[in-house]
Amino acid sequence: MDTFVDIVLLAFLAICAISILTLRDLFAMAMMFGLFSLITAGLFTTMDAPDVAFTEAAVGAGISTILILTTLAQTARREAPRPRHNALLPMVVVWITGAVLIYGTADLPAFGDPDAPAHNHVAPHYLQESPAEIGIPNAVAAVLASYRGFDTWGEVLVVFAAVVGVIALIGLRRRPPGVTAGPVAMEQHDVLRVIAKLVVPVILLFGLYVQFHGEYSPGGGFQAGVIFAAAIILYALVFDLDAARKVIPPGWLNRLPAIGALIFGGVGLVTMLLGGDFLDYDYLREDPRAAQQLGILLVEIGVGVTVASSMLVFYFTFAERGRGRRTGNGETGA
Amino acid sequence: MSFFEHYNYHLAIVLSMIGFYTMISRTNLVKKIAGLNIFQVSVFILFVSIGVLDGGTVPILRAGQTEYANPLPHVLILTAIVVGVAITAVALTLVIRIREAYGTVEEDQIQEQDDLP
Repeated sequence: MDTFVDIVLLAFLAICAISILTLRDLFAMAMMFGLFSLITAGLFTTMDAPDVAFTEAAVGAGISTILILTTLAQTARREAPRPRHNALLPMVVVWITGAVLIYGTADLPAFGDPDAPAHNHVAPHYLQESPAEIGIPNAVAAVLASYRGFDTWGEVLVVFAAVVGVIALIGLRRRPPGVTAGPVAMEQHDVLRVIAKLVVPVILLFGLYVQFHGEYSPGGGFQAGVIFAAAIILYALVFDLDAARKVIPPGWLNRLPAIGALIFGGVGLVTMLLGGDFLDYDYLREDPRAAQQLGILLVEIGVGVTVASSMLVFYFTFAERGRGRRTGNGETGA
Repeated sequence: MSFFEHYNYHLAIVLSMIGFYTMISRTNLVKKIAGLNIFQVSVFILFVSIGVLDGGTVPILRAGQTEYANPLPHVLILTAIVVGVAITAVALTLVIRIREAYGTVEEDQIQEQDDLP
């Protein structure tokens, strides 16, 4: 049954991908892209990876799609007709690359094979020793925040660097003088407003649950951050950007990605000051297991703050830019 | 028989090639980024597939269960998804800037403007 569901979902993915390739209307393409991500999230669930599925559902179907739509509103709605002359070469390149890769899979261990090297390297240690060493049931959270904490710290810094990049490229220009941004669109959509009012608090609550219950059930800072951001982006979409800005003032929001990264790095520094290595949580408290759990909790909060605020900075920067343009030269958009 | 044991990997490769083709054959920059994302998702599927274990379950430890999916690919991929959207955001930002500078997001038209003396 699993195999059947798996193959059906993968077939749907291929269909979505081909329609993304062929659709001329880029708004339709963006919606197909959201669907593509949602199906991917379903596929991850069938492959026993709920943590990944959470993240993909919130990021791919929510945030990425909205960022693409906001960009389209500021660029072009349709793809220009394509010149014919370059159609053959890409096809040849793709077929050759694909054939080589498929040939390469012949040497891979079978799908789900327990003897595969991936299942016999570090994974048995994580699964068998983590109850004694860390004592939290969610092995993914244990690996993410403790065993591979240094790696995760790097990922958080990449997200932070992306925030700096986006702000440097389009965030610094204030709204041009004389352009007043009135409330946009959604006022006549009563159904949307009522549903959003009902749904947003539930999503926020679920985000907090995913954050703080992440040691015991699927969840953690990355998943919670994107879910939390998705709720506030939904609020901003339905009730206008200014209302959302009142919830989280931009002055604070722009500092939060750095604050989250500092919480993460600060935990590392504290463990160093207490005599351990960077991010060696054992030194935080007497009992090593309690120390590990405290360290994971703090680090996940840092991750959650950085991820949630980064996603919001992306959306607010994009939307603010689009609004300046739209009211500036009369273009219509989302 | 052994060929069909790899169906997940094969379909991930098919997806990645669709994404790759979108990137190299289309001139619209937003579409190229969508292609890049498809490619990225195919890599995610490949990684998570490697973590699947026959008879295994979700890697949340509980008494009486010994077989779990490999948690390591899950960790790598869930962080990669968030990093991926951050990279997509920077790429889309560049597209917005290009549109403001050139008035178009079609690669060949941008090239024509650059080629003008």
